[in-house]
Amino acid sequence: MSALIKMNDLTKIFMSGRHEIIAVDKLNLAIEEGEVYGFLGPNGAGKTTTIKMLSTLLEPTAGSAQVNGYDIIKQPSKVRESIGIVFQDPSSDELLTGYENLKLSALMYNVRPADVEKRIDFAFELVELTERKDDLVKTYSGGMRRRLEIARALLHKPKILFLDEPTLGLDPRGRETIWKYIERLRNEYQMTILLTTHYMEEADTFADRICIIDHGRAVAIDTPEKLKRRVGGDIITIVADSPRVDKIKNLKWVKKIERKNGKLLVMVDNAAAHIQALLNKIGKVECVEVRRPTLDDVFIKFTGRRLEEEQAEGGFFEKVIMVQSRQS
Amino acid sequence: MRYSIKNIINLRGIYAILWRELITFFRETPRFISSIVSPIIWLFIFGSGLGSSVVIGEIEYQKFIFAGILTQTFLFTSIFYGVYLVWDRRIDLLKSILVSPLSRTTIFLGKLLGGVTISLIESIIVLLLGLLIGIHYTPFTFFAAIVIVILASAIFTAIGLTIGSILDSPEGFQLLSTFILFPLFFLSGALFPLENLPQWLDIITAINPVSYVVDILRGVLIGINHISIVSSFSLILIFLIITSIIGVESFKRMRA
Repeated sequence: MSALIKMNDLTKIFMSGRHEIIAVDKLNLAIEEGEVYGFLGPNGAGKTTTIKMLSTLLEPTAGSAQVNGYDIIKQPSKVRESIGIVFQDPSSDELLTGYENLKLSALMYNVRPADVEKRIDFAFELVELTERKDDLVKTYSGGMRRRLEIARALLHKPKILFLDEPTLGLDPRGRETIWKYIERLRNEYQMTILLTTHYMEEADTFADRICIIDHGRAVAIDTPEKLKRRVGGDIITIVADSPRVDKIKNLKWVKKIERKNGKLLVMVDNAAAHIQALLNKIGKVECVEVRRPTLDDVFIKFTGRRLEEEQAEGGFFEKVIMVQSRQS
Repeated sequence: MRYSIKNIINLRGIYAILWRELITFFRETPRFISSIVSPIIWLFIFGSGLGSSVVIGEIEYQKFIFAGILTQTFLFTSIFYGVYLVWDRRIDLLKSILVSPLSRTTIFLGKLLGGVTISLIESIIVLLLGLLIGIHYTPFTFFAAIVIVILASAIFTAIGLTIGSILDSPEGFQLLSTFILFPLFFLSGALFPLENLPQWLDIITAINPVSYVVDILRGVLIGINHISIVSSFSLILIFLIITSIIGVESFKRMRA
């Protein structure tokens, strides 16, 4: 395995009046061939800015990066040939049909004339839009547009696929469909995928490795499993009138005890094996909850804040509505 | 690394951009209709209304302003074509074009050809309307008019695209039309002769590319021109080269 994307102190600073805003702060990441790499972080963490720099849409303020062996500053068109990208906001032309959008892309990416139709058919089949391919994109739902744009990103057989918040603004069924395609691309085509998300569940399920990014900095990089292990074990939440904390605090499998909102949070190794022993010692309890750590716990550990499930910058549907007003 | 002209100017890429521009133009029917109706109104209502009381030299007013109305048609279409670049940015389509391997020069040329083609289609319709008000064409004058329309609309499309590459909002184009486009048009001799203008306006007329376009078209179509056709033609070529270079450079700096 070799690194297909390599960042060296990649930095982006925006000026806002007289203030400097450091959007991306000296990222040094390496993304290996064939892996699904997730950027997880809240809005404004620098995920999209990083993708924009890697896809040559934005010049870094400092540092550099190589994509598929090409320098993003010195060889931008080679970089662009190597990547497919699905932007956070819809970027297809809604006055064209789905087919015409893909054809436009095939021409722009210089797909061999003999292959154009084959590739378009294949892409439509992959995202299950064959039946709608001759309809104008303005009649598509948000989810269909996202699928069309995934198809478009794959036409020129890129080595790397960038997905910027691929499920943002979609309903649960729409999200599931997108996930299914991502799975297929990874399993059947061994595609290298860099995806940004602020849905933990998504990062947890799909990413081989996750980079937690906050204020433009990479605060932790690892597989989801290992990241969760770093939280310090399983979490047992206990509600009780007078728990005997003194009896459990010296047990060697108890890692940490916290009081929060009248509840007792006990972090333990392997909760399943020790829950009975714990309950015996602690006395009468009203209520017990056992759970494995989530990436949210990981995020809290590294940043001290919760990763909120709010909408990311520039919601997809807001954009669709704005775009439709062009027609009137 | 090897640089070649093929990397900078990609014919298939130019075709791709042009193809998309034309499809969207014909699908946006209001855009097409208004661009045709406006010259008809000018030519037949304004032309015959004012023409009933004004005669310029020996020429009927309607015939006098014909070259002006023709110029107005492609001038406004070409400049305002830049607004669609702003729309492309608004709907984020521009991002997907800029992230493709096409060079900025290729994208610019594709857009330029798109604007020129649309202007040309409208201009041919206006030229045919000319037959109704008694403009006589020989195959040569018709062909010459078309060549001038192509070159001139390329100048104005390049200007429109340059502005479009800078502006964020379509509203900016409204300001532009009030403060630049209308003055240039009215001081071009399109609607009235420029001989009796006050001197300070002469300077504007002299540096105004629209003046040369109107003058050469009027020369070709009805035989009245103040500047020799060769000089006007050369100036038009120079304007075209300058505006194209500025256009390509502004595309290279353009943000998604």
